[in-house]
Amino acid sequence: MSFDRRKFNQALAAAGTLGALSPFGIVNAQPKKLKVGVLLPLSGVQGFIGQSCKKGADLAPEVIRSMLGVDLEIMMADTETNVDVARTRAERLIQEGANVLVGAFDSGQTAAIAQVAEQRGIPHVINIAAAPQITNQGYKFVFRNFQTAIDIVRNGLSLMGDLFQATNTVPRTAVYMHVNDTFGRAVTKGIGALFPRQTQLPFKIVDTIPYDPAAKDLTVEISKAKATGADFLMLVCRLNDAILLRREMIKQRWNPMGVISPGSPGMYEEQFTKVLGRYAEYCVSNVPWYNPTAPLTKVVEKAFLKRNPKDRLVFHGLNVGFTFEALLVAADAFKRASSSDPKTLADAIRQTNIASKMTLGGPIKFNAKGQVEGIGSACVQNLKGTPTVVLPKNAATAKPVFPQPSYKA
Amino acid sequence: MPVELVVNVALAGTLTGLVYGLMALGLSVIFGVVRVVNFAHGEMMTIAMYAAVLLFAHWNIDPFVAALPIAAVFFVLGYALQTGLINPFITRPEHSQFMLLVAVAIIMVNGLLVGFGPDARSVQVEYQLESWALGPILFDKARLYAAAMALLASAALFAFFRFTLAGKAIRACADNYLGARVVGLNVHRYYALTFGLGSACVAIAGCMMVVLVDVTPVLGPGFTLLAFVIVIVGGLGSMPGALLGGVLIGLSEAMAGLFIQPSAKSMVSFALLILVLLFRPQGLLGRRA
Repeated sequence: MSFDRRKFNQALAAAGTLGALSPFGIVNAQPKKLKVGVLLPLSGVQGFIGQSCKKGADLAPEVIRSMLGVDLEIMMADTETNVDVARTRAERLIQEGANVLVGAFDSGQTAAIAQVAEQRGIPHVINIAAAPQITNQGYKFVFRNFQTAIDIVRNGLSLMGDLFQATNTVPRTAVYMHVNDTFGRAVTKGIGALFPRQTQLPFKIVDTIPYDPAAKDLTVEISKAKATGADFLMLVCRLNDAILLRREMIKQRWNPMGVISPGSPGMYEEQFTKVLGRYAEYCVSNVPWYNPTAPLTKVVEKAFLKRNPKDRLVFHGLNVGFTFEALLVAADAFKRASSSDPKTLADAIRQTNIASKMTLGGPIKFNAKGQVEGIGSACVQNLKGTPTVVLPKNAATAKPVFPQPSYKA
Repeated sequence: MPVELVVNVALAGTLTGLVYGLMALGLSVIFGVVRVVNFAHGEMMTIAMYAAVLLFAHWNIDPFVAALPIAAVFFVLGYALQTGLINPFITRPEHSQFMLLVAVAIIMVNGLLVGFGPDARSVQVEYQLESWALGPILFDKARLYAAAMALLASAALFAFFRFTLAGKAIRACADNYLGARVVGLNVHRYYALTFGLGSACVAIAGCMMVVLVDVTPVLGPGFTLLAFVIVIVGGLGSMPGALLGGVLIGLSEAMAGLFIQPSAKSMVSFALLILVLLFRPQGLLGRRA
């Protein structure tokens, strides 16, 4: 066959067209790997929690390959606990070829990533972030397998009532302290909306004290809280501030009936127990949690212990569980869609129905807003150095202790 | 508002303010003599905090004990920094000095990030969670020890400048550069000695601060800014002014947190700074130029 100038030009034009279209995925062959950009606060104030979430992302490719036969390529990015960094890292991951984004634990950072994902038409599966507005803006590429702040508060307050009932206690007053960031404000808004309707709760909130998420010293805040004489402290916190706050409570010899979070990280984290030792005992967190008896949990736990022989899943269960599930959602959609085309993937994610899951609650199914409903919470109390499910009764492994015994400073 | 609440918060603010004062004292001494503004001051304090954390983690050395060897090492480092790096810049324009020390500060922060990572570190000493009670008034042990140590270090520094020959010579260099040279003083050596002393001050302050707050590499710039606010309020170059400024800033931050809102702490200290700049630009105890 002769290859004259005309044919050469036609071949060149065809090659040029292919080259031009390939970045848009129009002429790509069926990809073998799904490239997932995972954004987490691996450093900065939320570094410990980001690292905990990362453990879930690290073990996911191996577990998911054995479950679904899908290969994941994890592209890890550190948001440095900074909204602007989160935004630029998301942009860069997309430029580098990420098919899906996952992350990013914190509501402020997640909102920024969601905006980028929506603008660029790349699916974003949120692992952990509760600010309701993220899935209330009509985004088509943003999906969340985590409770919204309203759900967290609703479940958290309900479990609080159950706790008082289970321990036959009737605290009359609470002082509410919250970290003053996107998440803290969203939860506070939720409490403002839901608390007045919770007539079964016996207490009233006597004061609300917001504090800086990067605070180095919480002396004044705790002095004010103590001065209210409230029966217990209702706390929405992060990790570092929770440690500071607990230390300050001990220094100031403040012994309320207990410290109860209606739904926030911090007090069930390993670092909290490691740093505070016995002073971490009896703190209560009503949070979305993992189901220790679920078959998937057993599989994940095995992979977790293989990679982290010195760690215990109980301290990372929430972070690992929701991060792993976000990757599972992406892989499952990729398998069904047989494509890494962002729109096809987003459509497939919308059709997700995963019944066998690691976290508490019903199957992973997204509603029209891209939100999973029916995720369960548990009342988790630090007992003998371990976050332990004490409520609901059907998932409990120990009885709740409330009021907490007085500690001797 | 209960009186005991106000007293407790004021006490905590004052005690923390004394540690702030010691930190700012180092900056004030260096500026007062060398006439160079140390823009790496807070970063040096952060390095001292990490040194205390390391000594505690590896050999269980209490930061109050570790303060002395760390101060000695910082004295040597400060001396070397002034001799090797800053002395050549003494006669150069101020913006060159500024850029030099900002560069040093950035290198320090990034060096700490490389060496220790971004996460918070702390020491866990027994008395850190303890307090003494006098009726409803609580004395936080760690804060009280830190404040006492800050006062002790400040008193030692005052005594050095007032009663020793070297101290008097440094003051002479600060008062009259040319005159000091004419009478045969090795001014550059005394500058280095002063920078060493300022560094030792900030090292002791860092060791005290680490029992009060957790340390991260990015704390440095915040401390530098705080030190500036304190010395400007107290009077740039005035040693008692630095201590007074520290107490005032510590107290005003605490009171702002109590009476306005905790997040308004910094707002009040900067408002105080503006007031001082407007009505007493030389600072509360500073001398008019």
